[in-house]
Amino acid sequence: MKTPLLAAGLMLALTGMAPAQDKPILNIYTYDSFVSDWGPGPAVEKAFEEICACDLQFTAAGDGAALLARLQLEGARSKADVVLGLDTNLTARAAKTGLFAPHNRAMDENNLPVKWDDPLFLPYDWGYFAFVYDTTKLARVPYNFEMLASAPDDFKIIIQDPRSSTPGLGLLMWIKAAYGDRAPEIWAGLAPHILTVTKGWSEAYGMFLAGEANMVLSYTTSPAYHLIAEQDDTKAAAIFEEGHYLQIEVAGKLAASDQPALADRFLEFMLSEAFQSIIPTTNWMYPVGILKDGLPEGFEPPVPPAKALLFSPEDALAVRNEALDEWLTALSK
Amino acid sequence: MVNRAQQITRSALAGYGAAGFLAALSLGTLGVVALKAGGLSGLNGGDLAAIRFTVAQALASAILSVALAIPVARALARRQFRGRGLLVTLLGAPFILPVIVAVLGLLAVYGRASVISEALQSLGFTRLDIYGFSGVVLAHVFFNLPLATRLFLQGWQAIPSEHFRLAAGLGMNSRDISRHLERPMLGRVLPGTFATIFLLCVTSFAVALTLGGGPRATTIELAIYQAFRFDFDLSKAALLALVQFGLTAIAAVLAWRLTRPARLGTGFDQPVKRWDCNGVGAVTLDALTLTLTALFLLLPLAAVALKGLAGLPDLPFSILPAALRSIAVALTSALLTLSLALPLAQTIARTSPHRPRLAGLLEGAGYLSIAASPMVIGTGLFIALFPLVDPARLALPITALVNAALSLPFALRALIPALREVEREYGPLADSLGMRGLARFRLMTWPRIRPAAGFAAGLAAALSMGDLGVIALFADPDAATLPLMLYRLMGSYQMEAANGAALLLVGLSLALFWGFDRGGRVRAAS
Repeated sequence: MKTPLLAAGLMLALTGMAPAQDKPILNIYTYDSFVSDWGPGPAVEKAFEEICACDLQFTAAGDGAALLARLQLEGARSKADVVLGLDTNLTARAAKTGLFAPHNRAMDENNLPVKWDDPLFLPYDWGYFAFVYDTTKLARVPYNFEMLASAPDDFKIIIQDPRSSTPGLGLLMWIKAAYGDRAPEIWAGLAPHILTVTKGWSEAYGMFLAGEANMVLSYTTSPAYHLIAEQDDTKAAAIFEEGHYLQIEVAGKLAASDQPALADRFLEFMLSEAFQSIIPTTNWMYPVGILKDGLPEGFEPPVPPAKALLFSPEDALAVRNEALDEWLTALSK
Repeated sequence: MVNRAQQITRSALAGYGAAGFLAALSLGTLGVVALKAGGLSGLNGGDLAAIRFTVAQALASAILSVALAIPVARALARRQFRGRGLLVTLLGAPFILPVIVAVLGLLAVYGRASVISEALQSLGFTRLDIYGFSGVVLAHVFFNLPLATRLFLQGWQAIPSEHFRLAAGLGMNSRDISRHLERPMLGRVLPGTFATIFLLCVTSFAVALTLGGGPRATTIELAIYQAFRFDFDLSKAALLALVQFGLTAIAAVLAWRLTRPARLGTGFDQPVKRWDCNGVGAVTLDALTLTLTALFLLLPLAAVALKGLAGLPDLPFSILPAALRSIAVALTSALLTLSLALPLAQTIARTSPHRPRLAGLLEGAGYLSIAASPMVIGTGLFIALFPLVDPARLALPITALVNAALSLPFALRALIPALREVEREYGPLADSLGMRGLARFRLMTWPRIRPAAGFAAGLAAALSMGDLGVIALFADPDAATLPLMLYRLMGSYQMEAANGAALLLVGLSLALFWGFDRGGRVRAAS
């Protein structure tokens, strides 16, 4: 049989050869959409390599939660120097692994709606979770969860599963932060309006754009994408009186990194104008830094900072199992 | 005789080797995960509900897929018409669609915003609402009806045409033919087909969740996913994977016990001509069956194609290298599938008459891979390989290899009956002529199993083309495959381009499938 040999040959060819390297390599683990051609990855890599005399290499792993799981699998042997893409719902778990090193850096003036003092992680962008709708199809837009719950029966929303998706978990936290012990009651009211629950953001948003539901769980910045990239002003985020839960995306340096100085330099760079100005129209989130030329059109945060909801990382970890149980109970009836 | 014995031993060794490899890939990776976790942990109420839902939806989906596939396969087997070959190929497409593409295609036809819904509403009815148990089953039938149809069709085509001629000569009507020829064939093919589809639906996750309407539709695979990324509880993941294996073992044993061996006799491989079913009733029934099936399966595909055409201009240049990588993975996977499946199937086919238990065990090894949780296989391989080599460098070979293993059950389902038939009917003649080794394979076996082998290779190629499970864990950001690109496009708001990528993916998968399948059937049809 020649086939196994041939197969082995093909496999070798597919594996490829590692390129020769002289420059130091900075390994950054991040989520998948960060490194895509439309994400910030390519521009960030180019900008940093211009100043660092190094080779920046991304490794992509699903989303934030998959990223953390991957890091936990690899442990201290991981080749990662920097992990970029966790959020504050994950940082307490990440800190517990003991894999991260302090950044020893104070935050400059920034436009985060909350004060930042995490010793291990530095934020690079942020956004508000929100329900997005089509302005040409929706006349009466709900402005709080109770109004959404009392909408007519055929008013449908699509959300993501908190067990498999970051926005899905964000909604769980949003309702818990806004309503506390009343959360189960709110979920019970929402249940008839939840058309379905998807594995991730892409499926939900795709189904919304296909017209399957009135609203979809996304971000307040989603309409800005349609406005800027597609010149389409028909999408809007419903602003809720309760306030909106924040997602703050962060990066951290690994204690076992073999390039600690380079990792520090990257974190410094991450907070600079060069990195921050890439963020709005590639990651479609608010930058943490204050940009010289201001924010692009459609990017003004629609919620005053006083209405920003956020659990501390420790509280987020403490409430999430209870919140998940409440969610499962309400939606399994 | 010494040579013959050695020949058998050598090929059997390859068969046992393939079985051992599959066991290592599915059970071994599970062992690695359990080892890393330091044991197994208990199940809670939610896990039990997930197990119940998984079994219920998989049973319903498998029953419906098989029940609908029988009349469709019969109609295809006894009718010749223009475009039949194309229809057979196109009907295979849903099975190889990436989940999200299929879901969006289904929703374009049966969703709340679909043409049907709009029409219903304008007529005063409510819009279609498929979300829930029915949506899950609908999607699973959409995916698996084509597979079931193909496996039954192969069963029909394995009935020698002389038998139909003899039946006609004896003046048998359709009912007699059904009793003497078709039902014994179904008895042989049905249990395995049912078990295969049941198992495929057991490991389903994204479809079940998206169309299931919420956490009521939690399957075991979703619970495993949760254990990995929400709780990082490897022991729970390993235990759930073990439960999944348990279910599979039960299904496989049942299928094996229920399979009735049938003797059909030998023929001269002539094309089938039927005299019993030219009545108006039978023709109408077949025409109706085929039309409805084609509409059910092809409308969502047409929706995918239409949306995709509009998105083609938006595709970035990087789609080209991604497509080439996917094709390379697909071809490698097809090759690997055949080199695993042929020795294993040959060993099983030769073992069976004397030692049915051993044959059952070997066939069970072939089933293992679809019973395995893709998440557990990927993670287990990751844990095992990570200390040795950069996982990103192995992304493409591992994708090809794992998908070859995942395609194996279908390959075996197609190859084993064909090989048994060949061995039983032509083996004694070949023995008496002293034909053995490569000559025996080339002259006796290969021409008769070519259609099955082509189908198996095509399926493996198409399945690995659309794979996202393993590649997602091992992904190299600079070497994305087509499905990974598709998801990245969707994740970056590029829905139009994603539709274009989906069309490209479906087109390439179908072309590969068609190429292999056609290559297998060209000789057979002559």
